[in-house]
Amino acid sequence: MSTVTEQESMKVIVFQLEDKEYAIPVSRVQGIERLMHITRVPKTPNYVKGVINLRGVVTPIIDLRERFSLPASDNQDSTRIIIVSIKDTEVGFIVDSANDVVDINMKSIEPQPEVVGTVEEEFISGVARLNNRLLILLQLEKVLVTLQQ
Amino acid sequence: MDVNQYLEMFIEESKEHLQSCSEQLLALEKNPEDLTIVGEIFRSAHTLKGMSATMGFEDLANLTHKMENVLDAIRNEKIGVTPEILDVVFESVDHLEEMVMDIAAGGDGKRDVESTVALLKQIESGEEAVVAPVVSEAPAETGAPADTTLAYDDYEKTIIMQSFEQAFKAYEISVTLRDDCLLKAARVIMVFQVLEKEGEIVKTSPTIEELEEEKFDSTFHVAFLTQENVEDLQAKIMKVSEVATADITELTEASFATKEPAPPVEEKVEPAKAQAPAKQESKPAKKAQKASAMVGSKTIRVNIERLDILMNLFEELVIDRGRLQSISTEVNHNELNETVERMSRVMGDLQNIILTMRMVPVETVFNRFPKMIRQLSRELNKKINLEIIGAETELDRTVIDEIGDPLVHLIRNSVDHGIESPEARIAKGKPAEGTVVLRAYHSGNHVFIEIEDDGAGINKEKVLAKALAKGVVSQETADAMTDKQINELILASGFSTADQISDVSGRGVGLDVVKTTIESLGGNISIDSIQDSGSIFSIQLPLTLSIISVMLVEIEQEIYAIPLSSIIETSIIKKEEILSAHNQKVINYRGTVVPLVFLEEIFEVPRTAPASDEFHSVVVVRKGEKLAGLVVDSFIGQQEIVLKSLGDYLTNIFAISGATILGNGKVALIVDCNALIK
Repeated sequence: MSTVTEQESMKVIVFQLEDKEYAIPVSRVQGIERLMHITRVPKTPNYVKGVINLRGVVTPIIDLRERFSLPASDNQDSTRIIIVSIKDTEVGFIVDSANDVVDINMKSIEPQPEVVGTVEEEFISGVARLNNRLLILLQLEKVLVTLQQ
Repeated sequence: MDVNQYLEMFIEESKEHLQSCSEQLLALEKNPEDLTIVGEIFRSAHTLKGMSATMGFEDLANLTHKMENVLDAIRNEKIGVTPEILDVVFESVDHLEEMVMDIAAGGDGKRDVESTVALLKQIESGEEAVVAPVVSEAPAETGAPADTTLAYDDYEKTIIMQSFEQAFKAYEISVTLRDDCLLKAARVIMVFQVLEKEGEIVKTSPTIEELEEEKFDSTFHVAFLTQENVEDLQAKIMKVSEVATADITELTEASFATKEPAPPVEEKVEPAKAQAPAKQESKPAKKAQKASAMVGSKTIRVNIERLDILMNLFEELVIDRGRLQSISTEVNHNELNETVERMSRVMGDLQNIILTMRMVPVETVFNRFPKMIRQLSRELNKKINLEIIGAETELDRTVIDEIGDPLVHLIRNSVDHGIESPEARIAKGKPAEGTVVLRAYHSGNHVFIEIEDDGAGINKEKVLAKALAKGVVSQETADAMTDKQINELILASGFSTADQISDVSGRGVGLDVVKTTIESLGGNISIDSIQDSGSIFSIQLPLTLSIISVMLVEIEQEIYAIPLSSIIETSIIKKEEILSAHNQKVINYRGTVVPLVFLEEIFEVPRTAPASDEFHSVVVVRKGEKLAGLVVDSFIGQQEIVLKSLGDYLTNIFAISGATILGNGKVALIVDCNALIK
């Protein structure tokens, strides 16, 4: 969030996991895909679901539910893969649904409260209030970090 | 003039000219009397000078100019070739290379070369200690108009001498074209046509090919035999448009006779080397080559990026072809099948062409080694002869780009640790001069590169002791190791056997990097060594990295691809044929015991229904001489696939070397057989 503090507001994509809403800056999102065939890659952490063929590019897929240690759910019609680009690599996140693009006021972003729920603290860069909704801003680099080490 | 648009071309061509300078210099060192070689170097240097002056790189042009002066003096036999002179010329070429590299990196090509320039000047001005008195009567400064300006070899001299006997006259004609002449090559040809009506052209400088390619400034020289007199000849040449001057000097028997003292020296050397006949024979062959070279092989330069784009597009097509093939089998429509089949055939041809377009001879990597060996042998005071075999072997450009550094490491290693000092060699009863052989050849779908030396070989006790001391292996594993395995310990990381760390190699970081690089290219390296008689480092590389043939296999719902290059055979075995040896399931495959690897277990494939227990499908794969049987559920078939990487996020996945996209759009993983065989 430090890189965008000069701006008044920022566009984010809002997606849902369990009963919470999360946000990723639009600038990082390459696309949103419906669920497609995922090829399992053996001997990877369980949150790595495998790889997909994204228009000719082999793209790894991470299940955010597993990553955040949320209970697994059956894939539904609303299930989406959000393709984000992080440090030149494209990675897909499986989320329950992706339904909104909203502007959030930079001033409304607060550091996360001490107790925010089950999502591990390290993945969160802040919380934004939007009318009556609470959007959790994700720190994308941290979500990937364990495997890259 | 805006020269930026030519910069890339300038850099490429400069590199080529410098490379040819180095090569010819090395040839000259072996054959100091052969002045035609000097001519070659001179021409390269001359072109380079012209180009760099045009591009505005003055330092480059200056140094080349000084070097050219020395070469000119050698060519005109004012000074003889000595190792000292060659050292200075080599140094200049090194400087020039550095300058060109600097320019390529965006610099201005400036460099402090005063000491070299001073040396060159010293040689050129004819310092007594360096100059060998080759020419008896050469006037030192005037450039000798009465003397021959062209250098003749024995064959040409003989022709000229014979023509004197038949009352022909020999002339040397220097034709200068006007500066604004546009079609220089055309004028040259017209001059030649005029001349050929009157007599016979013995020699031209520059050569005919170079003249046709306009690789000369504005003046060229021709040695000519005729019965015409000078005035008529001159008038006829001057009739050709855009000819500025035509100077004709008559050659007399005397001007050759005075030269006679030089050739005997050559003849004394030649019988010993048994080169004289070869040299004579090569002349007519060369002439024949000239003719054929004119007809064949026209080339254009294509930016590598464009080839990469072409390759990428073709890869897309290969994936679509796979899709079409699976659709046509589903639909089973006759005409569709035929069309798809035909398209597949054409695409096969197209693929061959695209792949060969990307093939580069390993020469481009090998040609930097002679100079390296020369330098190393000076530094280390060793005598080393480098033999290169199979430099024309072709490899994919992506492999070529990666293979250079590992080879440098290995050659340095052979020279530093392998070849002994001349004294030690003589003490062992070997010739003082060590030999390093660099060999490349095709075999099947692979290219092999071998580095062989006749040096000390690998001291197994020393290697083993060191490996144990450094904790690279444990005592138990060490006891069970074969000689070859012990040799290959020197490729393990953190290993260096040289007692003294030298500048050349032995920092202990080299050889394991070599191994990793080669394995990352899908190749492998093995070592054979006999103590006191030498070692062979053998590298096996895939021909290409982008499109490979695989066998698709199925395990439960998952499809995996096994590279055909590793597969020996597929077979279906009965349950009873599986034997057990030390908790390891094995089969008897054509008389040898082959361990079985259940891919299902390795890849932790989730089972929904138990597989049929009666029969197993086995793919027998190979790594070097070792075999293994991969057990799968079923075979799907053979297919050409495009290799894709799994990306930066998923690296080092065990036994998976990459991925590919199948005809149905799904991703299949490629099995890395090398990781499955220990």
